[in-house]
Formats: sequence, structure tokens, C-alpha cells
Amino acid sequence: MYRSHVLVCGGTGCTSSGSQQIMEALKAEIEKNGLTEEVSVVQTGCHGLCALGPIMIIYPDATFYSMVKVEDIPEIVAEHLLKGRVVTRLLYNETVTPAGSVKALIDTDFYKKQHRIALRNCGIINPEVIEEYIGTGGYEALGKVLTEMTPDDVIQCLLDSGLRGRGGGGFPTGLKWKLARQNDADQKYVCCNADEGDPGAFMDRSVLEGDPHAVLEAMAIAGYAIGASQGYIYVRAEYPIAVERLRIAINQAREMELLGNNIFGSDFSFDIDLRLGAGAFVCGEETALMTSIEGNRGEPRPRPPFPAQKGLFGKPTILNNVETYANIPQIILHGAEWFASMGTEKSKGTKVFALGGKIHNTGLVEIPMGTTLREVIEEIGGGIPNGKKFKAAQTGGPSGGCIPAEHFDIPIDYDNLISIGSMMGSGGLIVMDEDDCMVDIAKFFLEFTVEESCGKCTPCRVGTKRMLEILTKITKGQATMEDLDKLEELCYYIKNNSLCGLGQTAPNPVLSTLRYFRDEYEAHIKEKRCPAGVCKALLSYRIDPDKCRGCTLCARNCPNNAISGTVRNPHVIDQDKCIKCGACMEKCKFGAIYKK
Amino acid sequence: MKSLEELRAIRERMQSQVSMRAEDHSHTRVVVGMATCGIASGARPVLTKLSTLVQERNLTDKISVTQTGCIGLCQYEPIVEVMEPGKQKITYIKMTPEKAEEVLERHLVGGHVVEEYTLSGADIK
Repeated sequence: MYRSHVLVCGGTGCTSSGSQQIMEALKAEIEKNGLTEEVSVVQTGCHGLCALGPIMIIYPDATFYSMVKVEDIPEIVAEHLLKGRVVTRLLYNETVTPAGSVKALIDTDFYKKQHRIALRNCGIINPEVIEEYIGTGGYEALGKVLTEMTPDDVIQCLLDSGLRGRGGGGFPTGLKWKLARQNDADQKYVCCNADEGDPGAFMDRSVLEGDPHAVLEAMAIAGYAIGASQGYIYVRAEYPIAVERLRIAINQAREMELLGNNIFGSDFSFDIDLRLGAGAFVCGEETALMTSIEGNRGEPRPRPPFPAQKGLFGKPTILNNVETYANIPQIILHGAEWFASMGTEKSKGTKVFALGGKIHNTGLVEIPMGTTLREVIEEIGGGIPNGKKFKAAQTGGPSGGCIPAEHFDIPIDYDNLISIGSMMGSGGLIVMDEDDCMVDIAKFFLEFTVEESCGKCTPCRVGTKRMLEILTKITKGQATMEDLDKLEELCYYIKNNSLCGLGQTAPNPVLSTLRYFRDEYEAHIKEKRCPAGVCKALLSYRIDPDKCRGCTLCARNCPNNAISGTVRNPHVIDQDKCIKCGACMEKCKFGAIYKK
Repeated sequence: MKSLEELRAIRERMQSQVSMRAEDHSHTRVVVGMATCGIASGARPVLTKLSTLVQERNLTDKISVTQTGCIGLCQYEPIVEVMEPGKQKITYIKMTPEKAEEVLERHLVGGHVVEEYTLSGADIK
């Protein structure tokens, strides 16, 4: 029995900022102080506040230490663990009240509006110990399903709950399962899509790293519901920690006979295997994913036939996303009504978002559907750094679009986001401020899709390339208004004619920026000007002769010797030589250099 | 896993440990003074005793056992304070593991303050 548990985040974010070394130092220091019998060190998954990592939480008092360094360990052990004195300087500043007392983590702005279902165990349990998952009610849903419910009961429960696919499409999960159940076959498959590929998205990774058993349990429930005995998790090889924890979890579940034959003494048998993806974005598309599991090159195939009829190896298959699965055991345990009581009319439950870009609290949040974008960005996310102005939020990655400031108060759900030309997507939410150029953002996503297009169908292979060429022309100030019309026409053509979701949604970043920020496109074309000052070809660095004191600092720092002038006299930038690196502007102490 | 009972046995065993890692405003807080004065007069066995008992009896979802620094009454250490939500703080003095077990039994479980161990019976309203 330990009197205190020290939780250290072992997610990818905190691991890369050194949490493994912290854990080792902590264990050594605890031993040195003779506390080994009293204090336990637990490695957990992601707590969400990745921006403040490495993170350490000490229970039972729930003290939240942020940005912990190895040097801090002796003090934490001697003061906190031995004498019960909180090391105030390491506290997450949001937990310290103006009066100097410490408030609960659940009362901070970051956590208080969150509601954690899919992430309920992330940052609480050790994902590498199956007993900890069982201790929080794990595998109880599977037991309930196998001993008390028929497959139809399970499917009805999901239908009633209103759960929709969290991968971004939003297809009702219960309906997907029902269709697969209705198709008779000697073999069916349950697949988990863990090929999270959107730039800036890490929701699925965090669930797999923090609570892998929840996904295994839900897949077994799915197997029982549709009549499958084999499951596959398709996970990116770029997620080494997630892969490792899944391996451990699968082995532990097999040892405890929670996977295998006759689970819970029933006649239901189910096993799960991992398949690693080599990092092709298109393999997140369901038909390409299945083709890849079959051992072929990851290319999509036409639908219909849908996976529920002819999926993996030609057999009826269901494919759900990691986060969708993570919700299911909770729905079974607490009932469909409980889940349906959260969210909006057509979007029930919660959604996990990965906050990134120009925002204070970069990290992972789970909010009830219907929370407004303002609440997510200003309250939970802590707003935009350096007092900059919010310009837009990008959701749905390369398939999604932008939400401009005018829709700041829109309640986030599947249908609302589609109505304003964006989409829920898998949950990446990138915040942009006034310094971001929307044409450049659209170009960034197009570069991504051009790179990731598998090349099977012409609209996507050739069309996105042509779009990128036009966008490049615009950012260089060489485009005409006719080019803009052509770009828009191409968008609709590619949307309507591409084979799979990748191509069908690839033009979305362009369409939505055109819808809300057409003036920026026009400024690039007509005035040869980039309003945000991002597109290098369209801006020039100048020196204000009234402010320049002739200190020569800029000239000495210019990598291309483009600045000339004598001491104590205003300097001049040679525009032909200037490579627009901005080094001079950074160095100038008098604010004499400006972008035009 | 052959039955739900088997699963629940593991759950019972683990629950008290995992539920320590929860935050709840309705928790009763039991605070042991663990400054130099407290440690010198034997606060650590008191703390471990209380913590172990709470976990053994699956009370971690209601009671959290934590430490604090010097309370300021060094001559009365080891001191244990019990803070129940909405009730006045009770201060137990000169605690031993045995007395601590009695406090847990009679006060935290039974709901009756163990007057003879408190700082001053007269202070309690």
C-alpha cells in the first residue's frame, strides 16, 4: 500500500521533453530517502497540457507540477514527499490563486469545461498495467455484453446513444455495425483506424498511449456485435510509444484471457493483431487501409461495395476510429441515455481536440459537443499569445476548412461545422492569428495533398498539382484574376470526380479560405501585396532613415551583404541582393526596419 | 477470464489504489503534520498507517490522506487534522498508529469525534 502516487506523463510530448530521465531520477531519489515502500511512481499517458511538459502530478493531494527538470527532483522528494510542503515555484500557475493558495486542478480554466470520456483514463492510470485499467472499471463492459446482452442489444444501445464516427465523417456507429451484422459470412473482421495523419493532430496517439485497453475492449465488443473473431489495429509506425503500449496491452489481455477463446466462459472468441502503416496519408482512407492490411500497395478502391458488405479480404468488415472505440465501453456501462444526454441534437457526447498553432495551452482537450469555438480557444486554450488578434481556426486538416472570427460563437458539432464550409475532422484544431496568410495556409495543405496523393485517379493526381501551381503563382504575385477563376473551377471538378476521400476533400482548404478570405487572394493578385506579410516574393524589407541610427548591426548580420551605409548614417537595403530572411529586422534595436 | 466475478475481484483489489488519483470536492481530508517536529515525534508511521487503512477499507473515494508542514503546535505533534466538507476542522494531537486506527474507526467511519484525543474538547462545537 502506497500513501502517495507520483504520476509522471509518459506521452510523446512529455517524453520528448525528458520525462523518462525524470522518472529515473525520481525513483533513485525516493530510494535514497527510504520512501520506496510509501511512494509509488506511475508512468501515465497524456494529461493534455503538453505545452507545460514534462508534467508530474502527486496524489492524493493532486498537486500539479509543470516543466519539471531533473534538477528539481531532490527538492520535490525532500520537501513534498517527505515533509508535505508543496514546491510552489513548480506549480502550474493556473492552480495558484491570487491569494497564494493552491486550487484544485479541476477548477482551472483548462480543465473545468472539459468532460473526459474517451480520455478518462489518460494521465490517470499506468497504460502498461492491465490491473489499473480493470481497477477503473475496465473490461466490465465486455463482461456485461458477453453475459447479459445479445448482439442486437449492443447495436441498439449504440444506435440509441447517437454515437457518430470520431474519425471525421460522422457516420452513425450503430448503423455501421448493424449493416455488417446483417451480412452473412464465414468470417468477418473488426478494424481500428489508428493511422492518424492530419498535420497537427494527435488525439488517437494519446488515447493509444494513455489507455490502450479501452480500444481493445471496444473492439472485442464490436466483434461480438457483428459476429467477427479477428480484429486488426492499423497504426502508424511513426508512433513508436503507441505501438509498444498496444503490444504490451494485447499480450496482457491474452494472458488474462480477455482476448482468445471462450472469453468470460462464453462461446465468443476474439483476437487482435497489429498492422503497422508505413506513413502514407491515404492509408487513413478506409478502403486504402484495408488494401494495405491485405499486403498490397495502399490504394483506395471504389465504393460500393462498402466495407460492411465486402471489406477486408472480401469479407464484411467494420472500421472505426480510435476515439470512437474509446467511447464504447463507457456507453455500454452507463447506458445510451447517459451518452445521449450530452451534446447537441444530432451530435452526442464529447469530442477530443488537439489544440495547436497560435494558442497558449497547446495540448489535448475533450469537450462536450456544442461547446463554442470561443470557449475552446479563449477559456480552455488560454487565448492567443502576444496579444495578437484571432484570424481563423483550421479544423479537419487537409480535408477541412477554416472557421473565421465571424463564426467564433458557433457551437461545435458535425452539422454546424459543415454548414460553414469546414468539418469536424478527426480533431486537429490549428489556431491562426493576424500574422498568418490564408493563401499560404491553403498552399501548405495543398503541398501536403500533392505529396500524399496515391496517384491512382487523375483528378487527384493531376488536379491537385495544377491547383498548387496556381497557388504558388498567387503567392509570388504572378497570377491573374482568370487564374483565380480557374482555381475555383478546378476545386469543384476535383471534388466531384476523385475516387476517394482524399481527393474529394483536398480542395476544401482552398474553397473555405476563398469563401472567407477572398480579399486576401485578391490583394495578392491585384495589388501584388501579402496583407499578413508572409509571402516572401511580395514583401520587401526597408529601413526608415529617420529611425536608423547607423549602428551597422544590420549590415553586419546580413548573410548576403545586402545592406550598405556608413557609421552614424542611415543604411540602405539593396533590394536585388536581399533574400528576405528578416535577420536585420530581428537585430535592429531601434525598430527602424519594416516590411512592406 | 472465466467470469465477471473473477474480473470484479481484481477490480476491488485495484480500485482503492486507482481511486486515490481522483479529485473531488466532497472528499474528507485527513492531514498529517510532517515537518521536522512531526517526523521527529513519529508522524511517519501515523501517516502510513492511516493511508494503508483507508486503502484497505476501500475508502479512497471518500477520504484522502495527505501531509502538511508545521502546524505550529510542535509540542503536541504528531498532529492529525480531519477536515470534513461543511464541518469544522478537528485537530487530534500526540497521535500514534494505534490511536490513528481508533480515530479512523470511530470518527471517519463511525462519525463520532474521539474527544479524548483532540486538542481541546471544549473547542469543539
